[in-house]
Amino acid sequence: MKYLCLIYDDESRRGTMPKEQLDKMMGEYGAFTEGIRKSGQYIGGEALQPSQTATTVRVRQGKISTTDGPFAETKEQLGGFYLINATDLNEAIQVASRIPSARSGSIEVRPIRVFDAQ
Amino acid sequence: MSAEADTGVRELIEALYRSDSRRVLATLIRLLGGFDAAEEAMHDAFTAALDSWPSDGVPENPRAWLISAGRFKAIDRLRRGARFDAALAAAAERLEASAPPVSDFTDDTLEDDRLRLIFTCCHPALSADARIALTLREVCGLGTEQIAHAFLIPAPTLAQRIVRAKGKIRDAQIPYQVPSRAELPERLEAVLHVLYLVFNEGYSASSGETVVRHDLSAEAIRLGRLLVELLPEPEAIGLLALMLLHDARRPARTSLAGELILLDEQDRSLWNREQIHEGLALVEQALASRRFGPYTLQAAIAAVHAEASTAAATDWRQIVGLYDVLLRVEASPVVALNRAAALAMRDGPEIGLALVDAILARGELADYHLAHSARADLCRRLGRPQEAIAAYERSLALTTQAPERRFIERRLAELRADLGNPRN
Repeated sequence: MKYLCLIYDDESRRGTMPKEQLDKMMGEYGAFTEGIRKSGQYIGGEALQPSQTATTVRVRQGKISTTDGPFAETKEQLGGFYLINATDLNEAIQVASRIPSARSGSIEVRPIRVFDAQ
Repeated sequence: MSAEADTGVRELIEALYRSDSRRVLATLIRLLGGFDAAEEAMHDAFTAALDSWPSDGVPENPRAWLISAGRFKAIDRLRRGARFDAALAAAAERLEASAPPVSDFTDDTLEDDRLRLIFTCCHPALSADARIALTLREVCGLGTEQIAHAFLIPAPTLAQRIVRAKGKIRDAQIPYQVPSRAELPERLEAVLHVLYLVFNEGYSASSGETVVRHDLSAEAIRLGRLLVELLPEPEAIGLLALMLLHDARRPARTSLAGELILLDEQDRSLWNREQIHEGLALVEQALASRRFGPYTLQAAIAAVHAEASTAAATDWRQIVGLYDVLLRVEASPVVALNRAAALAMRDGPEIGLALVDAILARGELADYHLAHSARADLCRRLGRPQEAIAAYERSLALTTQAPERRFIERRLAELRADLGNPRN
C-alpha cells in the first residue's frame, strides 16, 4: 500500500541552525533516502522551498485568486514529502519515524486512496 | 431428540456464546480480514449451531466448529453478493483457497487472536476515545447503548465513533497483529492506557451524580486479567494490581447517602480483603521483575495503604519513597502533587504546603480542583482557615461532580462555623 509522508517542521529553526548541524541533517536525509531506496519502499520524495515562496491558488465562480504564502499559517510548515510503499500502517509508521525531521517536527502519514478499476 | 435435550443443547450454546463469542470473533476477524464481516459470520455460526446441534449432537471441539461454520457462512454471503458485485466473487474464491485446517484452531491460536484483537483495538493511530469505544465493543462485547450510557454520551455519537475507528483501521491498513518485541513497550503502553481510562471512568465518574460507576471498573479488571493471562508483562501485572487495590476500597468510599469518604476516614473493615490479597501478590510479582514502571509503582503505593490496618498506621515513609521513584519515572505535576500530600503526612503540613504552592506557582495545575483541595486541607491543618476557605472555593469552582462538591461544601461550612466562633 502507498502512503504519503508529509514532513512538517519549524522553518525558522533552519535559519538559526549552525552550518555543521545543517550539514549533519542533510547527511542524515541522504542516508535515510538511500536506505528506503534499497529496501524498495521509496517511490518518490522531494524537499520543498520555504513556505514564503508558496502561492495559494483558489478558483471561485470562475475567478482565479492567488494569495501570497501557504494555505494556512501554522507553527510547523510543510517542508517536504516522501511517497512510500509499505505493507501496512505499522511499516509506514516505522519508515516515517526514521525521517530526520520526525525528531524535531511532525510527520503526517496519509494512505493513498485506491480507486477500484471500472 | 427430546424437547428436554433440545433445551439442554440450546442452554449450552447460550453459555458458549457468553463465554466464547469474543474468542471466536477474534479468530474470525483474522480469517475474514474485517470486523463487520466477522461479526456477521459469528452470529451466523451460532445460529447454525442452534439449527444443527440438537439433531447432529454437540461437536467435540465446539469453538473450532463455530469458527469453521462462521467462515463458510462468510463465503456464502460473498457468493450471494457476487451476483451483484463481481469483486465479491473474487473475495469468495480467495477466502475458500485460504482454508486453514480445523486442527489449527487450538487454544493457543485463539489466545493469539484475542491478543491481536486487543492490540488492534488499542492501536495508537486511533484516538484514545476511539480505542476505548472499540475495545469495550469488540473485546469486552459490551453493547453500544451500554458503553454510551457508561460514558454519558449519546448512543449515536458512540456508534459513529466506532464506525469511524473501524473505517480508519480499514482505510489506513492498521494490521491485525501482535506487535513485535521491539514495538511491544509502546504498544503495550497504549493498551494499558485504555484500561486505565476505562477503570478510572468507572472508579470516579467525571461528572454527574454518583461517584462510582461499577460496571466499567469491573470490565477493566476483567480485561486486565485477560491481558495478564495472555501477556504477563510486569506493567500489565502492575496495572491489574493497581485496579484491584483501588477497587477493593470501593465499598468504603461512599456512604449510604452517596457521600464521599476520604481514605483516612474510610471504614477499613469494608475493604475487600480477597482483592487486596490478590493485588498484593501481583505487586510483589511485578516488582520482582525489576522491569516495572509507573503503574507498578502506583500499585505499590496502593499496597502500602492496603496493608495499614488503620489510617494512623500508614507507612508514609515508604509511600514518600515510592513517590520519589515514581516522580523520576513519570515527572507529571499530578504525581508531584500526590507526593507533596504524602510528604505532608510524613514531615508535617508546612513542608507539604510549600511544595503544593511551588507546583501551583508553576501554573501546571491551576485548573485541577484536587490541587486546590490539597492546598485547602493543608492550610486547614496549619490553622489558617481564611486561606483554606479561599482554596476550597477555588476547588469548588472547578469540579462539577456532585458528591465531590457536597464534600467541599461540608468542609467550607465547618471552616466558616469555626471562624464564626472565635477560639479562646
